[in-house]
Amino acid sequence: MSARSWPASRPRRLGLFLLLLFLLSLVVSYRAAEVRPFQLFFGEGRDNLLVFVRGMFPPDFSPDFLRFILRPTLETIQISVMGTALAILIGFPLSLLAASNLTFRGVLHEAETGRHPWSRALRAVPYFLARAILNFFRAVPEFVWALLFVRAVGLGPLPGVLAIGVGYGGILGKIYAEIFEGVDPRPIEAFQSTGASRPSIFLYGFLPQAFPNLLSYSLYRWECAIRAAAILGFVGAGGIGQQIELSLRMFNHQEVVTLILVLLLLISGVEQLSAFLRRQIA
Amino acid sequence: MFLLQGVDKKFRRGEVALHGVDLSIGPGERVAFIGPSGAGKTTLFRILNFSLRPSQGKVFFEGSLVDGIGGRRLRRLRRKIGTIYQHHNLVPRLRVVHNVLAGRLGAWSTPRALLSLVRPAEVDLAYSALLQVGIPQKLFARTDELSGGQQQRVAIARVLLQDPACILADEPVSSVDPSLAKRIVRLLIDLSSKQAKTLAMNLHNVDLALAHFPRVIGLKDGQILFDKEPQSITPEDLKALFPTPTEGAGILSTEQAYLERPFVARI
Repeated sequence: MSARSWPASRPRRLGLFLLLLFLLSLVVSYRAAEVRPFQLFFGEGRDNLLVFVRGMFPPDFSPDFLRFILRPTLETIQISVMGTALAILIGFPLSLLAASNLTFRGVLHEAETGRHPWSRALRAVPYFLARAILNFFRAVPEFVWALLFVRAVGLGPLPGVLAIGVGYGGILGKIYAEIFEGVDPRPIEAFQSTGASRPSIFLYGFLPQAFPNLLSYSLYRWECAIRAAAILGFVGAGGIGQQIELSLRMFNHQEVVTLILVLLLLISGVEQLSAFLRRQIA
Repeated sequence: MFLLQGVDKKFRRGEVALHGVDLSIGPGERVAFIGPSGAGKTTLFRILNFSLRPSQGKVFFEGSLVDGIGGRRLRRLRRKIGTIYQHHNLVPRLRVVHNVLAGRLGAWSTPRALLSLVRPAEVDLAYSALLQVGIPQKLFARTDELSGGQQQRVAIARVLLQDPACILADEPVSSVDPSLAKRIVRLLIDLSSKQAKTLAMNLHNVDLALAHFPRVIGLKDGQILFDKEPQSITPEDLKALFPTPTEGAGILSTEQAYLERPFVARI
């Protein structure tokens, strides 16, 4: 019996190469980003940190202040909800174009008659267009979107809503498209072979299969939107972030701590809620 | 009903799935296709139900050449051909009633289809179809709660609602146990002959094909090896079709030999 009777296993050169590339990027990034974690704990860094931390205690829990931050807190929630809603409105239609199995590839398109050799390429145009728009929406940070919209529509919650809507619209659109691309094509083929129209196939084949993932990812994005809504306040987009920024600037660190605690409560509350909702649909 | 002339299908990776297939299937005919896996049976069926275009050759349906059509006209053709798949091709998360009613999608407008997802329309049709396949009590069950055999019945009920002129069944019984396989094949034959529908079936199991079909076509390497009545199919024909011992063993068998062969589910 020969010792080497099994088929030769080819070494995965590409995988090895990518792993090395990843390790290299870690090393390079470490140097480039000037990672010096100990600076926080020695010398001037430590002194500054201590002053800052000492100034935070005790947190400001006076009823006046709590009553005062109720409105910004609500505003942050409202910004995140409206921002996520807008993101879904932007992302969902774009995702339909950005899913290759809906636009030009896969079972829905195998029987299409290509009278011109480039008709397939032509059908890919909206796909690439949608992908490009989504990439652009995602590439610009929410923060920059917020600055832009503050210039355009003025201070207040609206620029925050718009920033989250556009930025997260780009993210949701891409994820939705990938969820649609991941559905099982077999029922799709079966529905198509009954003579169903594309929208009907979408309703019966794509949506039910994708729904749990669509919902769960949207909820997750809502969680992120709460955080983003808070940060966007720093550039004047209202809510609790604007309050944090004001208190920071006035060295009211006790207020800052209270605000951060409120934010913590908000975020964990939203997390619980979205986890509960996701369990319901699983 | 169907007329194929010199049909070739090459996939983009260069593999040839079908090569020079000439075939004619008349209205109301019952035809079984047999052959080893990879012979091109599924590809042939996907061309017959207009899910796939041949790379070369002509496909006639009801006397007219099908080529260069799309959209509404293509959909109208597809409505006339119902397909049953090896893997049922149901949506597991939908309730049975919707998977069955999906057979009506070709006839329904999109708003109608949408409304039916909220409040099922034509439930009586779905119920009587499920009654015919023997699982009426599953009407409102979730599809993924059903067994494999029950899911195949749901898929058959879907085709009943589509009410096509021709039923294509692609390996409908290769993932169920042998006794159920026989019952499902009989059910399909009964349903199609009662309503004078054409029935074409891909079968991995030669005995079922020889026992139930007046016409058996052997397909191998994308080509038709023979196209005969079952009585005139010789052991040599079958040996040419299944030359390897794993697939050939017990092929010339009676039912008994088939039952002794270990059952292997094809996935």
